[in-house]
Amino acid sequence: MEKKPVIELDGVSKIYRLPAGDVIALDNISLKIQEGEFVAIMGPSGSGKSTLLNQVGCLDVPTSGTLRLAGADVGEMSDDELTDLRRDTIGYIFQKFNLIPLLTAYENVEYPYILKYREYDTTDRVHNLLEMVGISRSHATHTPSELSGGQQQRVAIARALVNEPKILLCDEPTGNLDTKTGEQIMGILEDLNNKGRTVIMVTHDPTTAEHADRTITIRDGCIV
Amino acid sequence: MKKPDIIVKLAVRNVRLHFLRSVLAALGIVIGVVAIASMGMMGTNMTLSVTAELSEMANVLVVSPDSGGGGGGMPGMGSSSSSDDDDEYISESQLKDIQRAAGSNFMYYLYSETEDISIGSDDGRATIYGMAEEDMPEVLTVDEGSYPKTTSSVLIGPTLAEKYDLVPGNRIKIGDEDEGSQQTVRVVGILEEKGMSMDINSDNAIIATEKWFTGTFGGEGEYPQVNILLDDVNDADAVTEAIEDQLNRKEDEVQVQDSSRMLETVTDTVSTLTTFVMGIAGVSLLVAAVSIFNVMMMSVSERTRENGILRSIGTRRRELIKMFVYEAAILGVVGAIIGGILSMIIGYFVVLIMIGTTDYFFYPASLVYVPAAMAIGIIICVLSGVYPAWHSAQLDPVEALQAD
Repeated sequence: MEKKPVIELDGVSKIYRLPAGDVIALDNISLKIQEGEFVAIMGPSGSGKSTLLNQVGCLDVPTSGTLRLAGADVGEMSDDELTDLRRDTIGYIFQKFNLIPLLTAYENVEYPYILKYREYDTTDRVHNLLEMVGISRSHATHTPSELSGGQQQRVAIARALVNEPKILLCDEPTGNLDTKTGEQIMGILEDLNNKGRTVIMVTHDPTTAEHADRTITIRDGCIV
Repeated sequence: MKKPDIIVKLAVRNVRLHFLRSVLAALGIVIGVVAIASMGMMGTNMTLSVTAELSEMANVLVVSPDSGGGGGGMPGMGSSSSSDDDDEYISESQLKDIQRAAGSNFMYYLYSETEDISIGSDDGRATIYGMAEEDMPEVLTVDEGSYPKTTSSVLIGPTLAEKYDLVPGNRIKIGDEDEGSQQTVRVVGILEEKGMSMDINSDNAIIATEKWFTGTFGGEGEYPQVNILLDDVNDADAVTEAIEDQLNRKEDEVQVQDSSRMLETVTDTVSTLTTFVMGIAGVSLLVAAVSIFNVMMMSVSERTRENGILRSIGTRRRELIKMFVYEAAILGVVGAIIGGILSMIIGYFVVLIMIGTTDYFFYPASLVYVPAAMAIGIIICVLSGVYPAWHSAQLDPVEALQAD
């Protein structure tokens, strides 16, 4: 069955121009990821796996080559369009959780929703998501610094899901968590994937990568 | 939307998070607003009180005979020349013309001489005015005693009274003893202090009745000076024109001096000073702007990672800029409000101490400096937040996320 890929990279390169010479972070990468796939990207430090994730996540644009997300060419988008794409189509889960310290857990989850719909959530969606990832209503009123790492990552997952993104991008989602908590987080991600969401995960932990359907290994900016 | 905008909410929380820093930044604005507002109010109050004082003398038009070119200074400012060489005067018929031109404004004529006087064993010289008895209450105010009822009773100015220890009932000898023309008058009233004036300087003078004056010095119906007290200072030009029209059509018979010019000059000088002082006060707002700028730059660089997060989860550049501008605006508004309240209090005391009266403090022209200074404070605050805000939005989200 030939499905249209949700993510399509065609000859993507990323070159950082430094005074000491160019650094090729990604070297002519071509890659297709179908909707509903769970892909793990592995590789040693400095291999370019995070750079690849940043391209897919529209945080950065390729130096050359084309990147299509859900059919749209990212290279032709303005900064605002890229921002909206990040808001609506992509959900991020970071190693350092990256919650906004000023907002409560609830507000952190609600924030992208407000950015998208320009109004506060009245559909109980935020509460339902928090419940789904295992954050109780009493915990929802706490700020990130008052929560444990595992709880913060759960909040971050809820935040990533609030705008129903097609793609979930995870950068070492269990990197800052103990094994047991990490397993719980991976359980949630696997569950989400089973419900049809495309998940792309960067990791250097082979155990974590076992959850994925497909593993791509990167070394020196090339897929091996 | 019932609840405040999320961007505003974030801005408020950021300001609160660094409370002390925010307070210090806002303090700069407070000081700037207070300085500008109280200096502005002081200047206005000074202008208003000086204008009020001066306009009492500014409503006077002085008509004097045209001496043919030159113009002999300000008549009534004291010593006119002695009687015999003075052939310039305003005649009875000219006086009628002036009265007609003056319309409903009060007009009176004035004789004046400077003569030797002696009180007991003290000798001196004084200006002696002669005026119609019925005009006296209109022009002069008696502080002690009463207006003259007999020909040889006089009023004297407070300075003269003090100098010679005169009280109502005392007698003054006027004229040169050796020439045998000495006359004795009785003081019946001492005038209130009047200050400098264009028409009549009564503080150091003897005011005699017209009858006595012309009886002593002669010159009845030959008026060296006619004064018009205007009901409204703004009529000065119209009345002047009317007099010129009546009397100076063929040849210049009289000259009219309008004291409102002097008032204008003084008011201009005061307002120039006010502007200058406010300029100095403005420097304090400039310093406040630099401090706000510094605080905002610190805030931006401290929150690099946070800004990276905001950007990565879908906050547009404009929204991030807005957040920082809001933060600056909050500091500005809070600072301006506190500054506005304080400047009302501090301004009141500054005016009280510097001007000596707060009669004019609540005039709109004075109070307008409070909202004006507040507006300037807020604008400066927002402007100094613009660059840091813009700077924050230019960050590369990838780099920003890697910052600690």
